[in-house]
This record gives sequence, structure tokens and C-alpha cells, in this order.
Amino acid sequence: MKKIYPNKEVCIGCHLCEVACVTAHSKTKDHILAHNVEKAQEGLAPRRNVAQEGAVCVALSCRHCQEPMCVAACISGALTKNTETGRCEYNEEQCVGCWSCLMACPFGSIRRHPFKEKIVKCDMCAGRDTPACVEACPNAGLVFEDRGSD
Amino acid sequence: MKYVIVGNGVASVGAIEGIRRVDPDGEITVISEESSPTYGRPLISYLLAGKIGPERMQLRPVTFYDKFKVKMMLGTKVTGVDAKAKTVATADGHNYPYDKLLIATGGVPFIPPLSGKDGSGVYSFTTLAHAETLIDVAKNCKNVVVIGGGLIGLKAAESLHDRGVKVSIVELAPRVLSAAFDDKAGNLVAKRLDEVGISVHCGTQATEIKRDAGGAVQGVTLKDGTFLPAQAVVIAIGVVPASSLAKDAGITVDRGIIVDDSLASSDPDVYAAGDVAQAKDLILDENRVVPIWPNAFNQGFYAGKNMAGAASPYSGGLAMNAIAFYGLPTVSVGVVNPAPGEQGIEVADNLDEEHGTYRKLVFKDGKLVGYVLLGEIDIAGLYTGFIRFKFPLDAETKEKLVSGRPSILQWPEGFFDEQFNPVGAQEIV
Ligand SMILES: Cc1cc2nc3c(=O)[nH]c(=O)nc-3n(C[C@H](O)[C@H](O)[C@H](O)COP(=O)(O)OP(=O)(O)OC[C@H]3O[C@@H](n4cnc5c(N)ncnc54)[C@H](O)[C@@H]3O)c2cc1C
Ligand code: SF4
Ligand code: SF4
Repeated sequence: MKKIYPNKEVCIGCHLCEVACVTAHSKTKDHILAHNVEKAQEGLAPRRNVAQEGAVCVALSCRHCQEPMCVAACISGALTKNTETGRCEYNEEQCVGCWSCLMACPFGSIRRHPFKEKIVKCDMCAGRDTPACVEACPNAGLVFEDRGSD
Repeated sequence: MKYVIVGNGVASVGAIEGIRRVDPDGEITVISEESSPTYGRPLISYLLAGKIGPERMQLRPVTFYDKFKVKMMLGTKVTGVDAKAKTVATADGHNYPYDKLLIATGGVPFIPPLSGKDGSGVYSFTTLAHAETLIDVAKNCKNVVVIGGGLIGLKAAESLHDRGVKVSIVELAPRVLSAAFDDKAGNLVAKRLDEVGISVHCGTQATEIKRDAGGAVQGVTLKDGTFLPAQAVVIAIGVVPASSLAKDAGITVDRGIIVDDSLASSDPDVYAAGDVAQAKDLILDENRVVPIWPNAFNQGFYAGKNMAGAASPYSGGLAMNAIAFYGLPTVSVGVVNPAPGEQGIEVADNLDEEHGTYRKLVFKDGKLVGYVLLGEIDIAGLYTGFIRFKFPLDAETKEKLVSGRPSILQWPEGFFDEQFNPVGAQEIV
């Protein structure tokens, strides 16, 4: 199944993926409103974040694991693995903000919502053909392809 | 292939999902005493607190059991396992044959021998039914005493407090959450409980539940002489593995049912998972009963895969708890209270009382083996990764972890690509 693969050899740390992610997950789908209004008012936050150590950087987010630790840890059923699409899906309605998944994910892919007792996690842009972060990347720092992972 | 699963907790759900990854057609039957489909057991405190309604309790959508072709026999107690004939017997007099059996019966609340414990007004807090009962109890009570200052006790106390009841907690250990936390973290939590008006009595013990002539609960007497008036008492000291089915069937039981890396018990066709199992630990080189949710799911999942014929060894459970008390989020993972004088141990902690944050890391032989975070918890998962993958740490990386700056880019060379960008990357151009 298709997954997003980050490549630290070519990532230049421009954060465009984060910008695109925020807009893609906004209500308005407008860059300026998403970043200047929805971030402050609704706590809209990027699902992908650029990590940097010295000169090396890479844009990280949920790997949509074959056997996700976050799903094992989720006490409410908000997180489930869809074995047909390969996605690790999140249903915000169900979430009670217990932070078990945030603790269990060994990749640090889950964050707290800035205001709500809910988490923020990549959904691989459900509904889009190519995830917004991959489209926005000016290099091959993020690619979306099938490498045989479930 | 006929699979029978006893119990429908999260270990059972993990097992169903595990079996179906390998075997799409085998016949799965779940037999369980509780009468509702699998619910989020930890959610009973959210229900009792009034934070969620009963409609949010289900762990999986209603279509789950149909989709996975599972026959559910709810409200049915299993009374015996005949490991020779490979059948289980139920209280309603039926026998069910199995090829592979999973015992996922969880734990039963531990009730200490305490004077006055028998009779009305004394409750446990481990099931949906208990939560429903306590919702009613809270309507007619002014004061409740919770015996036990561990996770379940604190959750019960918090929820009852949210229902408008005045709650006191009694804990034998010198601090609350003694297993998951150390003194500093326990004290920060106790402080928070105190601020919201939950009184905490640590380092003492309930000696008697006092009743009036009619048998109604009057209150609890403590060893230090204190009398706490109450109309109801919740005993939440812990759970003990519900291992009697296995023991009676001649299967090896220590504290829990002993299982190997495939989650099989001493009988190769009988598996065990969850709170009832004594399974491998990721850090400590031994089998332990660690009654927590993620371990129960994972053990069920691996048991399921192995029952269905995949050779899929369980890598071991990791003790972990994430608990939030009135806006104070806390996380505790792995070894957090190393034995005094243990060889190769190094502890680094950082308490910021002003902001109510605390960070403690425990290293053993140059590797991270445990941590506690209070307040600032967003980096928890990254620390968990360092523990789970058992990375050896150089001085620089260790310093970064200690100062609260873990990063995936500190992983050993090669491991990042293995996990995030496996082969295939090089070929694209
Ligand atoms: C209030 C509360 C809060 C908690 N919070 C957390 C938390 O935040 N994080 C965490 O990690 N853990 C938490 N836990 C612990 C967690 O819920 C358990 O570790 C987990 O539910 C264990 O799952 P299980 O499938 O092993 O067993 P269980 O969920 O106990 O399920 C076992 C099932 O088997 C049935 N059964 C038993 N014997 C028989 C029989 N003879 N015949 C038929 N059926 C039988 C029982 O009725 C039960 O339905 C909490 C527990 C409680 C009570
Ligand atoms: S959140 Fe973490 S554990 Fe869950 S699928 Fe994503 S990377 Fe895997
Ligand atoms: S924070 Fe939400 S999604 Fe994460 S484990 Fe808890 S309930 Fe599940």
C-alpha cells in the first residue's frame, strides 16, 4: 500500500510540508486564514513536523505502522488500523484525551491538541490522491509510494 | 480450525484481530461473563465522571464481530476447561470443543480481609456494571472513602468527586501511585488532588468499615485513629489474575498463567493473554504480570497470530501508564523506581515546582530503561522509542535526553532508514 517516506538526505528543512499540512486540515483551506486565524482560534496544528539535529533535518509524521503501538494503547477505540487501506485511522469523536497513544508510539508521531483534550495525528490526507505534504515538498524529501508495506 | 476465546476484554479483541491477520476463515467463538460487547474498561471512570455517555463505551464499531466473523456468547460464564478432551464447559451446561483456546479472563478485584467489608455500601470499580452502580450511589452520598491510592483508586476518586461527592483516599504506601511514580511525582499529584478538594491519607491503613445497627456504612476507621465518615466505600487495591480455570485444568500458574514467547501456556493448545497472563517483559529478563491495557491488547494480538499458525514471537511487554488528573498530565514508562544500590543504574531528574513539571530518566548500563514525565508530556513517545529499541547511548545523546531534547535524528545510523525510509528510497530518481 502507498505510504509516505521521508528522506533525510535531501530534506532541506524548509517546513513547506508543515504549511501545506495545516492548510489541508483547515476548515477554510486558505493558507492565510488557516495560519493566521485558525491556528490561533482553533488550535489547528501540523500533523507533520520537521526534526533537526545539526545540519540534518527530516519531516516526520505517523508511519501508519503495520502493527501500530498507538492502536494497542488506545482505550477508547478512537485509533484503529484499517487493514484494507493501510491507514492508522483516528476518530476524534471517540478520543477522551488519555494520552496513552502519545506515550506508546515509539516514533513520537502523536501530539496533544493545543486546546482540546484530543490528539493530533496524520491521517495521510484521507480523501486526497496525494497527501498535501508530499505535493508541497520541493525535493524528494517526502515521497508517496508503494513499497510493499501493509 | 476452531478458536475459542474466554473473556471479551481488550486482549480478546487483540486476539480476534491477530487471528484474522493470518486466518480469514477459522471459526472464532468468544465466551464471556459480562453481557456487553467489548468496552474500554478504563473508560468506566470517564463514564462515572459524566465526561462521556454510555454510547461511547464500545471499543469497536457494532459491525466488528460480524465483519471478523466472530460468534459471541455473552453473559455466559465458563466453569471449566478439559485440556485432554479440548473442550470448555459453561455454567448453562454446554460444552464447546476447541483446537486452540485463549484464556483472556483478566483480573478480579482484590478485597483484603477488612472488618465490616461484607454487606451493602462497599463497592469495587472494575466493570461497567460497577460504574453504573456508583452513578446511583453518588446521587445519595455526601462522603465516600476510596481504599487504594493506585491508578484505579485515584480514577474512582476523581470521578466521584466530579459527581459532587466529597472523597477521601486511603493508601498504605507513603505516597499515591507508588508503583508507577516516585516520591516527587507522587507528591505533585497529591498536591493537585488536595487543591481540588480530595483528601489523601497515605502511610496508613483502613482497619474497619463501621456500620450502624441496621448495617448501613457509617465510615472508615484508620490505623492512625482517624475516623472518616462515609456512606459508601470503594475498595480499589488492585486486581489479581483470574487464573483458576487454568489452574484447575492442570496448566502452570505462578502469579498469572505462565506463557512463552508465542503466548502458549504449559499446554501447547491453550494460550493466555492480558491481565491473567504472566508474560515476557521487554526490559526485565523475566515473566511478569503487568496488568495494563497496551500489554493486554498486544499479548492478545500475538497470541491470535500464533494460534493461527504464524510464528510471531512476542517481543515483551513494557510497563506504561498515562494518567491525567485535573489537567495535570502524567506519563510513566518502564523502570522508574530502581532498587537502591542496583548495579549500572543512573538517574537524572528535574523538578520545576513553579510550573508543576517533572522529568525523571532512568538509565541502566548506558541505555534508557524508564522515565516519568509530569506536566510536559509531548515528548513521551520519543523516550519510549529509546527504551523499546534499546539504543546504546553516547554521552552527547544522553545529555540531550536528560535535558528534554530527544529526537529521532539521534537514533543510531541506519535505524532511521530502516524504520522510516526502507529500501526503495535509493531506487527512486
Ligand atoms: C477503572 C480502570 C481504569 C484503568 N485505566 C487504565 C489505563 O489508563 N491504562 C491502562 O493501561 N490500563 C488501565 N486499566 C487496566 C486495563 O483496563 C486492563 O489491563 C485491561 O482491561 C485488561 O484486559 P483483559 O482483556 O486482559 O481483561 P479484562 O478487561 O478484565 O476482561 C476479561 C473478561 O473476561 C471475563 N471473564 C472472566 N472470567 C470468565 C469466565 N470464567 N467465563 C467467562 N468470562 C470470564 C470478564 O467478565 C471480563 O469481561 C484500568 C482498569 C480499570 C478498572
Ligand atoms: S502513531 Fe505511531 S504507532 Fe501509531 S501508526 Fe503512527 S507511527 Fe505507528
Ligand atoms: S488520547 Fe485519544 S486516541 Fe489517544 S489513546 Fe487516548 S483515547 Fe485513544
